[in-house]
Amino acid sequence: MIMGGGELPGLLVNEIGGIHGILHGHVVFLKKHFCLITMKEFLENKKHMSKKVQAIYLWWHKPVIDQELLQSLPNLKVIANSGVRMDHLDLKLVASFGVKMANAPRAVSSSTADTGMALLLASARRLVEGYHIAISSRMEYCEADFLGVEVTGATLGIIGMGRIGYKIALRAKAFEMNILYHNRTRRKEQEEQAVGAAYCEKMDGLLQQADFVMVVVSLTPQTHKLIGKRELELMKPTATLINISRGAVIDQEALVTALQSGVIRAAALDVTYPEPLPRDHALLKLKNVVITPHLGIKTHKATYMITEEAVENILAALNDLPIPSEVLPS
Amino acid sequence: MWYHKPVINEELLQSLPNLKIVANSGVGIDHLDLKLLSSYGVKLSNTPFIVSTDTADMGMALMLASSRRLVEGYQMAVSPDTEYFPADWLGDELSGATLGIVGMGTIGYKVAERAKAFEMKILYHNRNQRNKDEERAVGAIYCKKIDDLLQRSDFVLLSVNLTPQTHKLIGKRELELMKPTATLINISRGLVVDQDALVEALQNKVIKAAALDVTYPEPLPRDHPLLKLKNVIITPHIGSATKKTRRLMMENMIESIQAGLTGLPIPNEVL
Repeated sequence: MIMGGGELPGLLVNEIGGIHGILHGHVVFLKKHFCLITMKEFLENKKHMSKKVQAIYLWWHKPVIDQELLQSLPNLKVIANSGVRMDHLDLKLVASFGVKMANAPRAVSSSTADTGMALLLASARRLVEGYHIAISSRMEYCEADFLGVEVTGATLGIIGMGRIGYKIALRAKAFEMNILYHNRTRRKEQEEQAVGAAYCEKMDGLLQQADFVMVVVSLTPQTHKLIGKRELELMKPTATLINISRGAVIDQEALVTALQSGVIRAAALDVTYPEPLPRDHALLKLKNVVITPHLGIKTHKATYMITEEAVENILAALNDLPIPSEVLPS
Repeated sequence: MWYHKPVINEELLQSLPNLKIVANSGVGIDHLDLKLLSSYGVKLSNTPFIVSTDTADMGMALMLASSRRLVEGYQMAVSPDTEYFPADWLGDELSGATLGIVGMGTIGYKVAERAKAFEMKILYHNRNQRNKDEERAVGAIYCKKIDDLLQRSDFVLLSVNLTPQTHKLIGKRELELMKPTATLINISRGLVVDQDALVEALQNKVIKAAALDVTYPEPLPRDHPLLKLKNVIITPHIGSATKKTRRLMMENMIESIQAGLTGLPIPNEVL
């Protein structure tokens, strides 16, 4: 139960503002429901603060949840994660303290799907290169030679057809793209028909046929380095690889080699390992690579919706109600 | 003709007594004097429909790149000074936003089809209203007055032909009618926009941003203010620049030329 006496339940956050902090624009909304406690305040006054914290709101994987922190928060009931991915959390450890966990799946899907399409189009049409030519201080440019590849009517292979993958399929269909997909489980027939997607039980088949390969999986031990030398060599030399999932899903060294030797045409990466890449990394120098700084859900609307979803989850947990987006340790 | 070259003038036409046809790549013919050509009995063809999907795709590419700050983001991702990606660096959502299409011809309509899949609300302004089925298929609402569209849109996309009526269609007045949070996207012709007024509007935050595949002239002089503005993306008129489309354009042009030379009806003739 929420503490009585008019005091709002304590919500622990990493910091407000700053590199990985809660967004300033969300603070007013959060303060309506909670007493906000930053990690700094908590550490400075552990004795007093530790009993107050009933919930933690993770923003961009911070604060780090470890044994020590969990032990020092006797009244912690729930950890709400911003976004969908939980690979930074030890779910079993958290559950062992009787603490519930939730993520925010609803808010992220449209904006992440939009990011995928933005990267696909930017890469295909060489938008970034074109921009640099258009503003270059050099007077001449060879307009006539500057060609990209067609998106309309091309074949898109989606690896990972969850919520986000499906929204990508809906968008790609409007571009009259031919859609193939690979997933752990096959989608229902009506869902496939709605987007005209054909199931590829074997990923190899998808890799061999696709003009654009879009990776939209969760990072798990099974998907770690899912796309390596072998997979890249199965792809068409005219194909483009787009990654909006996690950097570790792709074998980055194999990707560099493949891009340098023309094994595939180009890559567009919203995620890398690590983020950001070391400044001397080969990927930063390749002309046929577009890298973006984990745009994923970075819009004002999506981030606000994530916080709204997190608050919904937290309040449900604190009131012993069913948590809308509970994540159980599997 | 490719990229409007060679320039067709009186002198050239006079010196080519056996010239029967000029085949233009692309759909725009605003750079040609139709009356002059016809006075020499020379026929003209263009490649109208082939460019539509690529140009619509480019419109979507620019709209996505602008709203999500893709070019800025790329620069941050590769900059030697970057140590981290700040959490409060955000763009704007396309999904659920309102797109106003000015010029709902073939290209404008294809943009609408694509934008609908991004859950965008679609308004359009055109000389003529499209029929109900066409409107319903893309969920587009007709704005008889362009002012109405300008006031309500988060993204304003220009896909009109360049004609005396559309010359400087978007000027100071139109820019001031737009939301201060709105983005202007131009995939038609540079002259459809009053460029000086656009520079001022962008500098004074009258509108949020612009993404231009076309300017006047192309390329812009290297000291032009548009090249320096952070909230502008410019691309070098690559609306139809894909390998497949260029090859198809050439095939079309050859077909038109062969018909023109043998006196047969010319596909894609411009009258």
